[in-house]
Amino acid sequence: MVALVIAMVFLRNLLSVVVLSGIYSFLMATVLVALDAVDVAMTEAAVGAGVSTVLLLGALHLCRTDEARPAHKPWLPLAVSVSTAALLIYGAMGLPEFSDTQSAIHHHVVPRYLQNEVDVPNVVTAVLASFRGYDTLGETTVVFTAGAGIIALLRRRQRNGTGDARGQ
Amino acid sequence: MVNDLVLRVVGKLLIPFILLFALYVQFHGDFGPGGGFQAGVIFAAGIVFYALIFGLVNARKVVPDWFVESMLACGVLIYAGVGFAGIVLGGNYLDYFVLDSDPLHGQHRGIFWVEVGVAITVCGVMLKIFYMFASRGHADGPGGV
Repeated sequence: MVALVIAMVFLRNLLSVVVLSGIYSFLMATVLVALDAVDVAMTEAAVGAGVSTVLLLGALHLCRTDEARPAHKPWLPLAVSVSTAALLIYGAMGLPEFSDTQSAIHHHVVPRYLQNEVDVPNVVTAVLASFRGYDTLGETTVVFTAGAGIIALLRRRQRNGTGDARGQ
Repeated sequence: MVNDLVLRVVGKLLIPFILLFALYVQFHGDFGPGGGFQAGVIFAAGIVFYALIFGLVNARKVVPDWFVESMLACGVLIYAGVGFAGIVLGGNYLDYFVLDSDPLHGQHRGIFWVEVGVAITVCGVMLKIFYMFASRGHADGPGGV
């Protein structure tokens, strides 16, 4: 995966970058399966590797496939991302060890979730749809808003196009 | 890609199974991995696959634009409607226990309809974004690359 990311950074051909990011998403999905997060892995494989690759290819179809040379040296963005990564790694060192059953997060609301009072075998579904129904309603609304925004942005452009054709 | 025999045959073979798998992920989400979001994306991916092989024009005949746009809103409305059904039946907003005389059945019913709402909205948004981007290039969409 590291090799993939480095290749994506240095490649100038956007088509190969899109394909590599699809492969990266698939590898990420296998990592998530290894972490027992099958639901997230499914989403990553379908969205990251499938739909978003198609959308990026569709976007590439509309523009040039070779990345332009950057006008400035990327020192400031590089410094920002390196320091953010350093902060995140520093923060991750304070996390409890992976699969530590004694950590605080497993003693707050998790026991109640696992009692399974809604009688749905898949705890992820139970938490998403029932215990945190409001959150999921909000997420669905966000997805809806994204779709509505895309419609609003792109359809106006289409109307302008026809308006120009009519000579307005 | 419209004239590629291998792709057409494989696509015709595979697309029904992709859609069926999406429905499986949707309705089996209570028991195994999956749920509304995943099912919606997989369903949309199946139709995007169809559009790539048979062309955007044909895909628009199968799943027309007005249908996709109404899917967008219907999903959220179904989700919010489940919440209001809870209020009407005497509970709180998004309270599933009151949806059936047996509280556990009520939970199942609530989760089922909520997942249906999520799947419809997600599928609609994915398809709409794909249609919007694909129709801006050639009529054939990115499949013509």
